[in-house]
Parts: sequence; structure tokens; C-alpha cells
Amino acid sequence: MDTLEQNPVHKDDYNPDLLEPSPIQEEYAPVVFAQDIVSHVVSIDMLSGQEDSKNVLCARKSGKGVLTAPFRLLKTNRLGVILTFAVYKRDLPLNATPTERIQATDGYLGGVFDIESLVEKLLQQLASKQTILVNVLDTTNQSYPISMYGLNASNDGLEHVSLLNFGDPFRKHEMRCRFKQKPPWPWLGITTSIGILVIALLVGHIFHATVNRIAKVEDDCHKMMELKKQAEAADVAKSQFLATVSHEIRTPMNGVLGMLHMLMDTDLDVTQLDYVRTAQASGKALVALINEVLDQAKIESGKLELEEVQFDLRAILDDVLSLFSGKSQDKGVELAVYISDQVPQMLIGDPGRFRQIIINLMGNSIKFTEKGHILVTVHLVEEVIDSIEVETESSSENTLSGFPVADRRQSWKGFRTFSQEGFIHPFSHSINLIVSVEDTGEGIPLEAQSRVFTPFMQVGPSISRTHGGTGIGLSISKCLVNLMKGEIGFASIPKIGSTFTFTAIFTSGSSSSKKYKSQQINKMSNSVSSEFYGMRALVMDPRPVRAKVSKYQIRRLGIHVEVVSQWKQGLSSICRGSNAINMVIVEQEVWDKYLNNSTLFFDTLEKIDYGTPPKVFLLSNSISSSGANISTGVCNMTVIPKPLRSSMLAAALQRTMGVGNKGNPCNGQLNSLSLRNLLLGRKILIVDDNNVNLKVAAGAMKKYGADVVSATRGIEAIELLTPPHQFDACFMDIQMPEMDGFEATRRIRDMEHNINNRIHHGELSVEAYNNVSNWHVSILAMTADVIQATREECLRCGMDGYVSKPFEAEQLYREVSRFFQ
Amino acid sequence: MDLAALKTQLKNFVQSMFEEGVLDNQFSQIQALQDSTNPNFVEEVITLFCNDAERIVNEINRNLGYQNVDFSNLDSYVHQLKGSSSSIGANRLKLACANLRQASDERNKEGCLQALQLITCEYCLLRRKFQALLHLERSIVELETNQK
Repeated sequence: MDTLEQNPVHKDDYNPDLLEPSPIQEEYAPVVFAQDIVSHVVSIDMLSGQEDSKNVLCARKSGKGVLTAPFRLLKTNRLGVILTFAVYKRDLPLNATPTERIQATDGYLGGVFDIESLVEKLLQQLASKQTILVNVLDTTNQSYPISMYGLNASNDGLEHVSLLNFGDPFRKHEMRCRFKQKPPWPWLGITTSIGILVIALLVGHIFHATVNRIAKVEDDCHKMMELKKQAEAADVAKSQFLATVSHEIRTPMNGVLGMLHMLMDTDLDVTQLDYVRTAQASGKALVALINEVLDQAKIESGKLELEEVQFDLRAILDDVLSLFSGKSQDKGVELAVYISDQVPQMLIGDPGRFRQIIINLMGNSIKFTEKGHILVTVHLVEEVIDSIEVETESSSENTLSGFPVADRRQSWKGFRTFSQEGFIHPFSHSINLIVSVEDTGEGIPLEAQSRVFTPFMQVGPSISRTHGGTGIGLSISKCLVNLMKGEIGFASIPKIGSTFTFTAIFTSGSSSSKKYKSQQINKMSNSVSSEFYGMRALVMDPRPVRAKVSKYQIRRLGIHVEVVSQWKQGLSSICRGSNAINMVIVEQEVWDKYLNNSTLFFDTLEKIDYGTPPKVFLLSNSISSSGANISTGVCNMTVIPKPLRSSMLAAALQRTMGVGNKGNPCNGQLNSLSLRNLLLGRKILIVDDNNVNLKVAAGAMKKYGADVVSATRGIEAIELLTPPHQFDACFMDIQMPEMDGFEATRRIRDMEHNINNRIHHGELSVEAYNNVSNWHVSILAMTADVIQATREECLRCGMDGYVSKPFEAEQLYREVSRFFQ
Repeated sequence: MDLAALKTQLKNFVQSMFEEGVLDNQFSQIQALQDSTNPNFVEEVITLFCNDAERIVNEINRNLGYQNVDFSNLDSYVHQLKGSSSSIGANRLKLACANLRQASDERNKEGCLQALQLITCEYCLLRRKFQALLHLERSIVELETNQK
């Protein structure tokens, strides 16, 4: 067979030096042509090697390319494979049998593949950064793979296996790739991801913290709102509780006070009277305290409202003055009130609250003052503003009592009304008052001065024990002043005294605005002014401030006043006689110093040759001290205790000068004396079907000195009251069997009317009827059920009034005094 | 017992009656009406009252015993008793009368009976106390006359 072919060389079999002629065999397949590079294989018998012969024969049979197992190539000794193709003489059909193929074989074609260089060259193309280890293996025999290329390194790490297809179906080749070195840690990736993780964690943490914080703050806020609501509710509840409890306490307290008042009217011995008075004083103090606490509660809940009523400022201050006069006299402190003339007579505002403020301030002053004076002044703000610039430094001696005082201008230093450039009148009718209460007491210690207006504050813990009170007064006063659109301030020098000042705005109470209710004005203060009008008085007082006060009070009575500081001067002006002086008012100080032992004064007075000599009055601080000093030789002197009030002056003047009316009896105290006056000797008929009632009523009437006749039936009453009779009045029970009080009265009136008519017409002679021609006996109904209807019925059937059963002294007096004057 | 102690005892006794509400202020007015011209006033009033009250209570009792109660009649009796109680200052009795008055207005026989029971109760209490009071008073008067 002459074939040109490349013969496979079996690695195990080849050794170039050991080439020997091929053994005798049936077929030979020598290499006839070869490429230059493999020229060394020329004339080698390809069928000599075991592997090669198998390969060749296989290729011949199948007609396909066949690869050998990898082996070491001749000469180069590198691993390689040989691919053998059979060349046929003619085209064979695809389904040719192997025998046909063997028959048709012309020769063989072989290709040598140097696997190593092949792979290396291929790998160079890859140019990978990492060193890759590549193993190419012939895995036709699974359990015994033949390595074609690459070191047989260890199998650790990841291996990528890929199949290689050389085109030979009988053989399998694999390529296994592996990184030579373990892949390094991907530091960038790790760092980045760790960084991102950390950032994510941080961000998450921030969110979480923020959300938590928001939640917590909201929570806190809710809690605070809850607490705030609770606190507010507690506050309101406290105020309400306080108010309710105080109200509940007030009612029985008033009951107690009422009973004590009535007890005072009964027969009591001295000790009992004393006890009752003490009980009353305590009770009144308690009621005052409760009222203060109630006020505080009202103020806190904003429910305090001011009235708008017409009132007389001067009357209010008179009241307050009399309230404190007792205490001030006891302590030897001089009390004085001065109201400027520019303050109008009537104002519109809340008199009760105004009074409360003044009583508060004066009460404080009285508590803490042991000597000297307490001076209350009322001016218009305009007056004071004008005088601010003009006022020179007044000497400390120029005060009411001579004791130094805290400068009042300091007390209103901070007021807004004064700090503005021009004083603005909000409304044309508004009156802006400024009131000062000046005292010469202990003063307020400097460290306590800032807390003065806080509620429940007192200067020291012992104060409430020694002086009483709870410390609410000033704070309530401050609130009230604010409600009156004013300001309150004070100046206090410890050991010298305090001056409290406040402003308040009222409107002028002119008589044209009738829509305001007028407060019941004490008639006395208005009526007395007329009697003394036009008289002249001389006041002897060396202190100008005190003289001013006296002058003001006297001028209220319409008396013209002249002030002298030296008594000799006064004497000379009296004697001059150009204008007759009706009265001389001497201050105690002047009396004590000069006139006590001198008879010159009174002798001179008596010697005045024109008209009546003036009456002399002494203004004294306390009743007791002056009484002892008046020498018996003096007859014309009357003592007027201070604090000087117009009403007291008027009373004293009336007594000495015999002028003026007697005035009405005080409404407050109604004792049996007045009833006795009314009923003494009167003949009274009492009609009641109930024996007990009759006896009690008759007993009461008898106590007042009346002459009582009793009757139990209406018919009896009619009989007894048939004119002529001697009865002055009749008390008739309404509900009686047979004939009730109405019916009886009607019949009596008819009877009277009848008789009166007949007397007028001359049918009956008036002498027979005691010379009375108009019979009308006063009939008063006695009723236990006082209803309006009954009252109307009473009046309709001719009764003159009614009283309740059992008798009540005041009501009885009121009704009876209408008929008996 | 000496005079002062007796007087104190009487005063305390009356005071206790005030406090219990058995008597009210009107009684003290009655006491005030007793003086030298009227030395037995209190005793007289009390005796009169007790007689009157007993009579009325019996009448009311009888009235309520009937099948058909005459409420207007009852009303006038109650009114009388109330009036007397007011005049003498028997506070609790007066209030008890108000109860009966109301029940009578409502024509409520049961209520009337109940109220009457209360009235009887109060009256008995009052009478006992009055008797004690009068006893004390008589002792005082005796001592005073003895001392003279």
C-alpha cells in the first residue's frame, strides 16, 4: 500500500535512537510525506505502535477523524495528539460498511497537534490578570484521565470544566480551569459594602432616634396637657369648693349672728352682755374672713363684677370713719379724712367695693400703727398732677400729727397715668380719683415690700396670730382697683410709716342720668347742712394739714371757716367783730399747751359786747382724757371726739346751740322701748279662736303697756267694736271658725260707714258717739300664712295692715307706728 | 339644792330644748313676757297649750278613725294645732303639723296616720319636758318665797 501519511507515534514506544526496521506484519503504513517541522517521522510505520495502529484502523473503518490519546510526541517530547483521517479511492456512500471502507482505503492523513503550545497560545490570547491554571485532559477513560496539558496541581478551589470537541466522536476531552492563587479579598467591595452598611445603620439609627424622640416628645406633650387640664380642673374645683363651702358656712353663720342680735335685745346682765358682744365680734370677724375668701375665689375664676350705682363718696368715707373711730381712739391714733372740693358730690360706680378697698387699707394701717395719725385723702388726679411739678420738698414735720410719714409721691411714682405726657380723658364724664392712706406705723420691711400684693402673704408668721387676718386683703384690693381701671402702689419706710395710694375711674353722677339706681343715702347727712348754713367758725390749730381736714369737715355743713394757728390771733379776730363768729373750735394740742390753765380766753369771750359769745368746742383725741381736764369753771365748752365727722359736729352743734331737728331714731336698734312708747295706755282688742295664741299675743301687748281685751269669736269682735267704743286698735286672726277675720272686718267697716253717714246727716248726734264723727278703728290682721293673696284680701276688706303670728318686734313696730305717732 | 343651782339647771334644761329643736326663739319671747305683773305667765301658757293640744290630737285621732275622713275638718284642726305650736315656740311639733297638713291636702289617709303618729310622739315628748320645766320653776318659786 503506498500511502502518504503521518503516522502516530506512541510515546511509550518511541526512541529515535532505537529506530529499527519494522517487524514483519501484514500491513505497513509508513509515513511518506511530512511537513518540515515533523520531518523526523518520515518512514516510520504508523501501524507499529499499538495505539497508532488502533487509531489508523479505526479511522479506516469509520471514515471519520480519530484522535489518539495524548502522548509524548517524537523529538519534542511534548504532549500531543494525532488526528488521523482515512483517504478513500472513491466517494463512499454514508451507509458504507466497514469492509467496504477498508477495501476502498487508499492511504491515511494524519495531523499532529501539539497540545501544549496550542493551549498556551490560546491562553495568551486571554491575557487574564489572574494566573489561570488550565488542565486539558483526555477523559475517554473516565477512571483514568490522561493529562494532555497542564500541571497536575491539587484540586482545591473552584474548577471550571468545559468539554472540548476535536471532532472525534470516540474521544472525550475536557478542559479544567482554575485560578492559580486564591482570589484575593475584594477589599474595595468589602469596604464599600461595609461603609454602606454602616451608613445605612447610622441613618436607620438616626431615623429611629428621631422617631422615638418625636414620639416621646408628643407623649410628654400629651401628658403635660393632661396634667395641665387636671391642674386647671383642680384649680377650678378648689375655687368652687371654697366658694361652696364658704357659702355653706356663711348661711349658718348669719343665723348665729342673727340670733346673737336678737339675744342682745333680751334681758341680759352685764356678764351675759359682754359674752354676747364677744361672740358677735368673733362671728362678724369670721363672716368677714369668709367673705374675703369668697372674693378671692370669685376673682380667681374671673367672676367678680362691679356695680354701677350712684353713691356719695363723702358718705362712704364717713361710714368708714365711724367704723374705725372706736379702734383708733382706743389706740390713741388720730384718724382724719379729707376730700377735695373738686370731687363731685355724686359718683357712679361700685360703692361697696370702693368701701372694701378703703376699709382694707385703713384696717391695715390701724393694725400696724400705735402712734401718730392715719390720714385718708381723696383728690382728682388732675389736681395732683399739677401740683407734682410745683410741690417743693415738704418738711417731715408738716404732717397731721407731727410724726414723719412716707412721702406719698413715692407711692404713685410708678403709675402709668402720671408717666404719660399729657393726661388723657377717656370719656368726658369720667372722674379719675386718687386716694391715699397715710399712716405713721411700723412700715413694711424692705425685703417684704415686693411681696405685698401677693395673696396670703403676711410680713411675718406671727402677724396673723397677733393681728388676725389672712393676708388676702391687699391682693383683693389690687384686683378691685384693676377692675376700676386704676393702679395701686405704696411707699413705706420701716419705723416711719406707710402710704398706700390708688387711683380709680368713676363717672360723674349727675342728676340728669336717672337710669342709675341711687343708693339709699343717709338722709341725715343731707338734711343737717341747711341748719347751719351761713354760720362762721374759727379753727385754732397750728398744724396746717390737720386744720385742712377740720376745715373740710366743718365746711360740709355749710359753715364758713377761718383757720388761725395762734390762739391770740384768733382771740383778736373774734373781738374785732367785723364778722360775727358763731363757734370756736380748738384743737386739743392748743388747749393743752396754752389754754388749759388760762382763764383769759373765756373771760375775753364772755366780755364780747355784741351778740352772743361764740360757743367753744374742743377736738380731742379721746373722750376720757379730755373729760378730766376740763376745769369746772368753764361752762361753755363741748368736747367733740376725733375723728371729726360732720355728723358728730352737727349733733354737738344741735345740742349746744339748740338748732336743728331731732332726727329720726336709728333704724338699726329697735328695742321694746319704742314699742312701749307707742303702745302705752292704748286699748287693744285681740281676736283669736286659739286660746294659746290669744294668751301669747295678749301677753306681748301687755308687756308694752297696752290695755288688752281678748275675744275668741268674730261675732264678739263686732260687738265690741260697735261704736262708740274706746279701742285704739284691733288685732284680728284671719282663720277662725264661724266667721273669719275678713268677714268680721267687712261687717265692722260697714257698720262704721253706716254710723258715720248717719252722723253726717244728722240722724245721730255726735255727742253720743264721743264726739267722733269718722269712726275707723285700726284693724290689723294676724296671720301665720303670709301670702300675697291674703295681703290683698286684707286690704280689700278694709284692714289696715297685717302682722305675722307669733309677733315679731320689728314688724309689729313698723305696722303699729303707722297709726300711732 | 340652792337657788342658783336650780336656776342654772332650769337654764340648761331650756337651752337643751333649744338645741334639740324642740323649742325655738318664740319660747324665749314668752319667757320674757313673764315679769312681776305676770308671775305665772309661762306656766299658764304651757297649761293652756297642753290642754288645747291634747284636745285637738284626740279630735284628729277620732276623725281619722272614720271610714270617710273629712279632710277639711281635719285641716282646720291641724291649723289650730300649728298655730298654738307657733305661738308657744314648739318647733318640732309645728313642723310635724306641717307634715300632717300636707298629707291632708293630698287626701292621703295613710300619710295622715303616719303624720299623726309623729305629732303624738312629739307632743308626748314636749309635754314631758314641759312638766319637768314647770316642776323646776315651781321649786325655784318655792325657794324664793321661802327665802323671803
